[in-house]
Amino acid sequence: MAGHRLSAPAGAFIERARTLPFTFNGTALEAFAGDTLASALLAHGVRIVGRSFKLHRPRGVWSCGAEEPSALVDVGGGARRTPNVRATLLPVAAGLSAVSVNCWPSVNFDLGALTGAFAGVLPAGFYYKTFKWPNWRLFEPAIRRMAGLGTAPRERDADRYEEVATAADVLVVGAGIAGLAAAVAAARGGARTFLLSAGTHLGGGLAWQADAQVHALEASAVQLGVRILRRTVAFGVYDHNLVCACESVSEEGGAALPAGVLRERLWRIRARAVIAATGAFERPVLFPDNDRPGVMLAGAALKYAGAYGVACGRRAVILANSDSAYLVARHLTRAGVKITALLESRAGARGEAPPGVPVLAAATITRVAGARGVRGCTVATAGRRVQLECDCILSAGGYAPAVHLHSQAGGKLRWVPESAMFVPDGAAAGLTSVGACAGVFAREAALAHAEGVGRALAHAEPPPAALTPVGAGSSALHGVVRGARGKQFVDLQNDVCATDVALAARENFRSVEHLKRYTTTGMGTDQGKTSNVNALILMGEYTQRGPAEVGTTRFRPPFIPVTLGAIAGRRTGALYRPLRRLPAHEWHAAHGALFETFGDWSRPAAYPLPGESVEAAARREALGVRQRAGLLDGSPLGKLEVYGPDAARFLDLMYVGTLSTLAIGQARYGLLLNENGTVVDDGVVARLGPEHFWVNTTTAAAERTAAAFEEWLQCEYTDFKVLVTPVTSRWANVTVAGPRAWAWLAAVGFDAALAPGAMPHMSLRESTLEGVPLRVLRASFSGELGYEVNLPAMHAPWLLARLWARAGELGATLYGIEALQILRVEKGYLHIGTDTDGTTLPQDVGFARALERKSAAFVGRRSLLRPAARDPQRLQLVGLASLDARTVLPVGGHIAPAPPPTLTHGHVTSSCLSPELGVPVALAMLRGGATRIGEVVSVYHRGQCFAAQVVKLPFVDPAGVRVHG
Amino acid sequence: MMQLNCPWCGARDESEFQCGGTSHIARPDLSASDAAWGEYLFFRDNPKGVHYERWRHAFGCGQWFNVARHTVTHAVLAVYPISAAPPKVG
Repeated sequence: MAGHRLSAPAGAFIERARTLPFTFNGTALEAFAGDTLASALLAHGVRIVGRSFKLHRPRGVWSCGAEEPSALVDVGGGARRTPNVRATLLPVAAGLSAVSVNCWPSVNFDLGALTGAFAGVLPAGFYYKTFKWPNWRLFEPAIRRMAGLGTAPRERDADRYEEVATAADVLVVGAGIAGLAAAVAAARGGARTFLLSAGTHLGGGLAWQADAQVHALEASAVQLGVRILRRTVAFGVYDHNLVCACESVSEEGGAALPAGVLRERLWRIRARAVIAATGAFERPVLFPDNDRPGVMLAGAALKYAGAYGVACGRRAVILANSDSAYLVARHLTRAGVKITALLESRAGARGEAPPGVPVLAAATITRVAGARGVRGCTVATAGRRVQLECDCILSAGGYAPAVHLHSQAGGKLRWVPESAMFVPDGAAAGLTSVGACAGVFAREAALAHAEGVGRALAHAEPPPAALTPVGAGSSALHGVVRGARGKQFVDLQNDVCATDVALAARENFRSVEHLKRYTTTGMGTDQGKTSNVNALILMGEYTQRGPAEVGTTRFRPPFIPVTLGAIAGRRTGALYRPLRRLPAHEWHAAHGALFETFGDWSRPAAYPLPGESVEAAARREALGVRQRAGLLDGSPLGKLEVYGPDAARFLDLMYVGTLSTLAIGQARYGLLLNENGTVVDDGVVARLGPEHFWVNTTTAAAERTAAAFEEWLQCEYTDFKVLVTPVTSRWANVTVAGPRAWAWLAAVGFDAALAPGAMPHMSLRESTLEGVPLRVLRASFSGELGYEVNLPAMHAPWLLARLWARAGELGATLYGIEALQILRVEKGYLHIGTDTDGTTLPQDVGFARALERKSAAFVGRRSLLRPAARDPQRLQLVGLASLDARTVLPVGGHIAPAPPPTLTHGHVTSSCLSPELGVPVALAMLRGGATRIGEVVSVYHRGQCFAAQVVKLPFVDPAGVRVHG
Repeated sequence: MMQLNCPWCGARDESEFQCGGTSHIARPDLSASDAAWGEYLFFRDNPKGVHYERWRHAFGCGQWFNVARHTVTHAVLAVYPISAAPPKVG
C-alpha cells in the first residue's frame, strides 16, 4: 500500500466530518466530502486504476487535473452511465459507482495484457502494415472490439442540459491569482466582468494554501460584482471572441439524484476582450517504464497532500528538472512522506533540499522495479548506479504553459530555451494572456501585469506589453534516457513510446502534424497536455531540429471533452425539430387523423377507420373524392401577397408563364426556375386587383420563394415598386374536391357566385360566409372539380365543423396526404422534388410550348438555351403502366436496356395502385420519353426486374373534363 | 460563430443571417455566350484576404447588405448597403 490519508488538518478541500460511501469496481469504499475519486482511491492505497489503451499496462493516478491520461473510469449505470470520466476531476458523491475501463475480467487481472507480449509488432502505425492478408475485414471486428476505452450508455439520457448566451466586456478564463487580479482590476475599471474557474475553489495553484491575497482578491471580486462561474471550463474561443464554456451543475454519478436533474450548462459568452489566465501544465521526465502505477507528476503529489490530505506514497523519489522539485520535497517532507532522494538532472545543483534528503547530481532513472506498482528504481548518477527503494516516483520536468485558448484565437507561440517551454508570442486578436500561461511564474510580476491588463481592457485601451517569461526557472530539454532498456512513454493514454517517435522520424513522418497522426501521440482524451511538448522535442532530436523548428500541432477546440448533452442543450426529443401544426390540428385529431411529418409540418396522412391500414384508408379516401367529394386541409400551402405598380412585370420575370395578362379574378399555373434553369417550384398565381396578386407556392418552398423574391427586389430590381408579404400562416386552406364539391359548399351556404357555372376553373373570388372573409380559388390537384377555400386561420375549425355537419348526406370523406398523392399520380401532376430533381428543366415536364410563347426574359431563361437543355435525349416525364396490371412498380427503380451494371435510361419517381382503375400507375423520368410512348421497358430494382409500358399521361380522365364540374 | 452588424438591427450572431455569396457580380444578359453564362453561374474567386459578400438578416429584418470580410481572420472590415460600391479596405 503506497498512498494513504494524512492526518488532520491536512487537506484544505475535504470535510473530515462528512464521509461518503462509494464503490470502485464493486468494492465498497469511503471518501470525505470534497474528495475526488482519484484522491479517495489514493487514500485507500489503490494503485491500479486502469489499463492502457493498446498494451493494457496497469496504470494508476498520474496527475491531479484535466491533464489526466490514465485514471479514466466509467461512472454510473443505465441511462446515467458516463464513460471515460477523469477520476482526478470527479467529485465523490454518496452512492457513486465507478468502474475501470479497457480491462477484462478486472483491472487487476486483465486478459488484454496479453497484447503486451505482442508489443513488438504493435508499434505506431502497425495497422497500416499488418492485418492485411488475406483480408483486413477478417481482423476488423476483433480490432474494433478491442479499440476504445469506456462503454457508452444505450439508454436515452433522462437528465437536462441548458444553454445560456450572454455578453461580457471582459472575460477572464482562470481564477488563479493572476486571473483574480485581472478580474478585480477590470471590474474596478467599470467593465462587466466574468471570471471562469475550472475548480470549485478559486485560487488555482494557491487554492489550498490559505493564501491571504487570494482570499482578499476573491472577496473584492464578489464585492465588485464580478460574475464568477465555478466548475466552468472554457473549452473554445471562436470567431469574434465567442468563448464557449461548460459548467458542471450537478455532481456526477450521485445515485440519489432524481431523473431530469440539470447536469450541465453550456455558456456562450461574447466578450469584448478575453484574458487567458489558464496556468501551466507540468511536463514529465522520460525514463524507462515511466508509466508504472506510482509514477506521478510532482505538482500533483503536492496538490493531493495540500488539498485532499492524501500522500501518494511513503517513500518518494523526485526527479528534478525544475526548481519546483525542491518545493515539492519540502512540502511532502513536512507532511510526513519520506523523500528517498532528489535526482537532479540539470548541470549544477539548483535548490535547497530538505535536511536528510540526498541530492544526486546528473541523475537519471535507468530502471523501475514493480510492474503493478513502483517498488524501487535504479539510478545512474556521476558514473555509478544506485538502487533506491521507493513506492512513488515524482516527475518535476518543467512547465508547459496552457496556450490553447491563445492559439485558438490565432495567437503565435515562441520557444523559451532556458525554461524549455512555448509561450505566447504577443497577444492574440481579442485575447491577452497573463500569469503562468504567458510564461510569467513570478508572483509579483504576474500580479502587476494582470492588474494592468485588466484595467486597460476595461477602458478598451491596448493592454500593456507581454512580460518576458520569468520565474519558471531552468529546465533542460531532456529527451530519452540513453543506454537503458524498457519503454519510455511519451503519451501514456495512447501507449506512444519514444521508439514510436523515432520510427516516425525514420519513415519520414517528420512534420509535427504527421508525427501526431502517425503515432497518435496527443490524440487521446487528454489531447497531449502532458505529452505534446516532449514528443516534439524528441522529434527534433531525431531530426536535428530545435523544438521551435518542429513547432506545435494546430490547437483546436474543445480543450476538454464536452458531452453531447451539453452541446444539444434543450434541442432534443420534440424540440430537436419542432413541427408546425395545422390551425385545426385538434379538430383533425378528433376526427380520426393519423398524423405524420411532411417536411416541417405535422399533417394527416390519412383518416383510417378502426382496423384499417393507412394504405387501405388512402385508397378509400381517394375513391371517395373521385366518386363523391372529399375535404383536405391544405393550410401549409405557401401563400404570398405581391402588391405594387410593378407587381405584374415582376411576376413575369420570376415565373415561366405570363402572369401580367391575367384579368382580375383569373388564375394561372406557373413554374419557378432558378438561374440554372432548374424547376424549383410550381404554383398558381391569381390576380386580386390591378396591382395585387395572390401567389401560391408548394408547402416546402413557401419561405424560400418569398426569400427569393426579396433577393431579386433588394439586390437586382431595386427600382421596382413591389411589396412581397408572406401570408402562409395567416390564411387556412380548406380544399373541397370531387363531383359533389359544389353541392357540399352550397349546402353550407357558400355564395352562388362561386358555383361552377358562374366561376370558371382557374379563377379566384373574394367572398364571405356568415361574415367571415374568404378567398376562394377554383384549382385542382386531384383532377376533380376543386375549390380551395382560403379563410383567416383562426376560423378553420369553424368551417370544418360546418362542412362536416353536412358530409353524411353527400357521402363526403376527409382525405389526407396519402390519398392526395394517389389522386395526383393518377392525373400525372408533378410533385416538385419527387418527380423532379436538380437537373429538371421545364421542357422535361411538359412545359416546352410555354417556353416558345414567352418572349420576355425570366429567371433561368438563358440556361434553357444551352446545348444540354435542348438535347432530345434528356429525361422527360412519362407514365408507366405495369405490364401485368398487378405489380406496383418500385419508386427509384431504374429503367434500363439490360440488367445492371448498365447505363440507366431513367427511373420511377412516383408509383401507387389506382383505386379508380384497379391497376398500378406510375410516373417516371425517361430518357427521350416523349418519343417512346408505347415502348415496353424493363425496370430494375434490388435484383428484381419488372416489365412496364410507357404511356401518355394522365391515367384518369384523359380529356380533363372533370375539373370543369 | 461570427457577429455581424446588421445596418438596421445592430450586432447579431451569425446564426441570424444567411450568406448570399460574392457580391458585385454583374449578371450577363441573354446575349452572353455559353462560356460567359457558365462563368457567371458556376465560377467564383476564392480569395485569401478581403472578400466582398452579400448577407441577409434572414431571422431578423430580412434586409440584404454587403460585408467586406477577411477570409482568414474573419475580421469584418466594412458593412455597407447592398447597392453601394465596395469601399476601399485594408
